[in-house]
Amino acid sequence: MEYFLIIISAIFVNNIVLAQFLGICPYLGVSNKLSTATGMSMAVCFVITLATLVTYLINHYLLVPFQLEFLQTIAFILVIAALVQMVEIVLKKVSPSLYQALGIFLPLITTNCAVLGVAITVVTKEFTFGLPSHMLNLGEALVYAFATSLGYGLAMVIFAGIREHLAMNDVPKAFKGVPIALVSVGILALAFMGFSGMVK
Amino acid sequence: MAAQSNLKNMVMVLGLTCLACSAVLGGAYALTKEPIDAASVAKTNKAIGAVLPAFDETSYESVDVEGKTYNFYKAVKGGETVGYAVESTVVGFGGPLSLMVGITPDGTVHNTSVLSHAETPGLGAKCNTDAKFMAQWEGFDPSVKILSVKKDGGDVDAITASTITSRAYTEAVKNAVNAVKSLKEESHE
Amino acid sequence: MSKNFKLITDGLVKNNPTFVLLLGMCPTLATTTSAINGLSMGLATLFVLVLSNVVISLIAPVVPDKVHIPVYIVVIATFVTLLQLLMQAYTPAMYETLGLFIPLIVVNCIVLGRAEAFASKNGVLASACDGIGVGIGFTLALTVLGLVREILGSGSAFGFNFIGGHDGMLAFVMAPGAFICLGYLMVLFNKFVKKD
Repeated sequence: MEYFLIIISAIFVNNIVLAQFLGICPYLGVSNKLSTATGMSMAVCFVITLATLVTYLINHYLLVPFQLEFLQTIAFILVIAALVQMVEIVLKKVSPSLYQALGIFLPLITTNCAVLGVAITVVTKEFTFGLPSHMLNLGEALVYAFATSLGYGLAMVIFAGIREHLAMNDVPKAFKGVPIALVSVGILALAFMGFSGMVK
Repeated sequence: MAAQSNLKNMVMVLGLTCLACSAVLGGAYALTKEPIDAASVAKTNKAIGAVLPAFDETSYESVDVEGKTYNFYKAVKGGETVGYAVESTVVGFGGPLSLMVGITPDGTVHNTSVLSHAETPGLGAKCNTDAKFMAQWEGFDPSVKILSVKKDGGDVDAITASTITSRAYTEAVKNAVNAVKSLKEESHE
Repeated sequence: MSKNFKLITDGLVKNNPTFVLLLGMCPTLATTTSAINGLSMGLATLFVLVLSNVVISLIAPVVPDKVHIPVYIVVIATFVTLLQLLMQAYTPAMYETLGLFIPLIVVNCIVLGRAEAFASKNGVLASACDGIGVGIGFTLALTVLGLVREILGSGSAFGFNFIGGHDGMLAFVMAPGAFICLGYLMVLFNKFVKKD
């Protein structure tokens, strides 16, 4: 039940893009076409889950025991950067077809704040999910990270669909491009606000 | 422009950068540790001061009541206990809602203050700003009034359009009142 | 001197990170619930931007090409952590308000972007000026966005309530308002400031 609440909360109620404002740059950048949006979402999903696993373990078994929590930011970003590189190398060797699909997005992900944002959130924030507020354990953290990235994908795919239609419409000159996109995201976020308070 | 890369200078530059950066941060951490601790202590003390009558000193203990752990501060003035401040956390509308509740020895709520919350701005977040909602806790006597919102048949005026936050706030106060009550009963036995 | 001055003014309008370069969108949207919050976030970024620009312009000539990104990230992350420690110590309330978005300055594309595009190829003084210009441009954009959202959303400006007793339109303090306000501000910027 708790895992179910985590998934609903991370995908709909606290959607990472529309409610938490993370990962906006790539969100606006690659949501022009449905196909690239899907590719980026899958790459993000993969990296967020993996990065959360590694940073959670590093935080738990290295930083906390040695009271080095103040190095969190610097350690996490280095781990994420290294991880993305490794994923790139491994994918290239193991599954060239997957590499073709995700390859061009991988270098962009290092500076996607959604990855660092989720990694920091799961080790610093207390959550409730229907229980008394507590720090997440590894299992919950992983489910949370995975569900969050699904939420990212959902927001991305919906928005890419909207933008494909927007491109065909006659938009005033000053609104062209990003401004009209932002206003549309705003309306999308308004719709997602309907979920607020559903899961605590 | 950037120097040519070979294994030796790459390892050296990366290593030196990391070393220098860790040294800077280690130093900064040592220097700021004291002010950071002081700031967090000051925050707690300010909250205790806001919810209790004037006191000379407080003593801290962590207590378990009915399976929940509370941070419990006993305030003393001139050798006499003037009140208890209890940190009470419940689940609000948007996430954890954490209060400092001041309770006088006769069991009356002296005052309350919000330590942290994740409520909706402009709605539930008003539990921290709405003068009418906040004022009703001053001198709230749970032996005369009922600790639940009016909608549920109690005596607490809820914040407009934020019943869930108001319920959670009331529950947090209630938990604190009960915690103090059961602690006092224990110490009498 | 006038060249350096021009670098500063360029950052305000021509290279405005928010309205023109579209960088650093996450903190822009997330922390501008009020004018003060926007201003503080802008200043925090300014601090990191100037210091990392200076240090990177100094070390750039000796950093081997293949490892320059990791080295820059380490330098930036160091200044961000420094900022975190200082804020925790001296402005704890603001640190709590801005929360997650202080450590996230590390991945703010503005900072790494300026390091890559400017500081690594220019002198110390020019890099510092570029950092100040872009930083002020960012701060200005955040403050304006925060001010607009605060006026519409909570009926106050810099914390002073001027419509007494009323609440304003809540949606503007919440997520949707951020996107919509920024969209419309960009339209105004395109229409009146940006010269093609």
